[in-house]
Amino acid sequence: MNLPEHTRAQLAGDHGKAMQLAARLVVKAAEIMGAERLIPISFAHLDACFYTGQAHVDFVRFLIENGASLAVETWTNNGVVSLADPSLRPRHEDPQMVEGAAELMHLYERLGTRPTWTCAPYQLAGGPKLGDHIAVGESNAVSYYNSVVGARTNKYGDYLDVACALTGFAPDAGLHRDEGRRADLHIDATTLPEAWRREDIFAHLIGHHAGRLSGRRVPVMSGLFPDTPKFALKAISSAAASSGGVELWHAVGVTPEAQHLAAVFDRGDTHRVTSDDLARAHRDLSTARDGPLDAVALGTPHFGLGEFEALVRLFDGRKVKAGVPMLVSTSRGIRQMARARGWIEVLETSGVEVPVDVCTYHSPRVRGLRGRVMTNAAKWAYYAPGMLGVEVAFGSLKECVESAIRGEVWRDPDLWTNA
Amino acid sequence: MIRARMLTSGTAEGPVLSLDEPLSFWGAFEPRSGVIIDVHHPQRGSCVKDKVLVMTETRGSGSAPGAIAEAIRRGTAPVAIILAEADINLAVGAEVAATLYGRHCVIACVTAEELEALRGARRISIAADGVVTQVG
Repeated sequence: MNLPEHTRAQLAGDHGKAMQLAARLVVKAAEIMGAERLIPISFAHLDACFYTGQAHVDFVRFLIENGASLAVETWTNNGVVSLADPSLRPRHEDPQMVEGAAELMHLYERLGTRPTWTCAPYQLAGGPKLGDHIAVGESNAVSYYNSVVGARTNKYGDYLDVACALTGFAPDAGLHRDEGRRADLHIDATTLPEAWRREDIFAHLIGHHAGRLSGRRVPVMSGLFPDTPKFALKAISSAAASSGGVELWHAVGVTPEAQHLAAVFDRGDTHRVTSDDLARAHRDLSTARDGPLDAVALGTPHFGLGEFEALVRLFDGRKVKAGVPMLVSTSRGIRQMARARGWIEVLETSGVEVPVDVCTYHSPRVRGLRGRVMTNAAKWAYYAPGMLGVEVAFGSLKECVESAIRGEVWRDPDLWTNA
Repeated sequence: MIRARMLTSGTAEGPVLSLDEPLSFWGAFEPRSGVIIDVHHPQRGSCVKDKVLVMTETRGSGSAPGAIAEAIRRGTAPVAIILAEADINLAVGAEVAATLYGRHCVIACVTAEELEALRGARRISIAADGVVTQVG
């Protein structure tokens, strides 16, 4: 492989043991992927700051102690704990994990990352743009950056994400290359009624369905509207990444590389989506019968400003039923902007809690989440039953709000009439 | 003679544990014990510690490098993993663990036919040059 001079020096150990390890990991990945060269990146978003064991802590400590320095702007995924509000995951639930998780996050701050602590970094200003090469680890962020932003990344697992950020290079392979970004499956939703395609729940259901159909393939969708809101594109990105492992998807007339179908798709199967497909996706994501609720969890991936605005409107000053925790996860950055607009205060008055730095579908449980939990997020619905042992009632944002107020699952009688 | 493509360096020898389905190292496997805990996996309850794991591929997860590195740190990892599909996550996790802890888990890649031939072996050794030998 033709390596840059700088990388050769790093491999030789001229820049210390940390940079040597980073270079070795990037080159090893490039060799395995069959890349002929490395490609410079301009941005990274790390998933290795999410604690999964002591090895994670040892890794970043090794880097810091051996002179590592980041080559590019590097942001962080959410952590296991919230540094802003440690009470969300109290130490006594799992002392080793809670302490290790906080230590890990502090170490990544020391490494020089921008501590965004969010799985939806694309909602913050200053990130990558169309055509930029980047290195991202979190599955929904990989999917969103590739698809909606048109930046280019493979899904870089733990340590390799950090290695790319340190060296400033990624293997020139897979989704970094034009030929890797062609669609091999066409998912046509134009046959569904327009009103139904504008429902917020549609994005989660079509994303889940697209992931199931695509597996690791690149799908292109028809039938989304050019003015599809960002939170709907976020929902599709995360749902398809969870149910299928989709790292890139296109939508004709919506995502930047698919001005028209032929721009990304020349051959492959076409699947026509029916309302039965979406009903099946809904059943897939709902493990609970309707009934009294124990909690409501929104914000997977992290809630954006558009969603907060919609939530405030739907609550209309009403209150969550006493004893039912309602958690809306987001990032520090977005919470600050929502607070400046007065929305956080309004929601807190309604009994909504807005945690930052974390997600709520993994253990230890945030606020004792158990029992029958309602969510509008396909990704939360996909993972929480396995991770937390909860039952999920999946619904639209409006259904979640009305259910939270009533303290039991409420179904919108009008929702499926258009389908 | 089978000569594997070595994704990490080192040598290894151990009893074979052949897996009928791909394994996800994150979530399907408990790093504290080395036992497969995925209820959907046919080899659920088997322990991978000190084995030569033979399987076609892993189930992709971005957390797999951390899981294999953690298992290597705790001494519950296989001594080697032989795959038919090259796997970046396992190679990266094993490389990091080798640097941090000086402990090795050999990750090696063979053809699908070679992999099937190795499934029946009781014990396997892998040399530094990738030559795979059935032992005993």
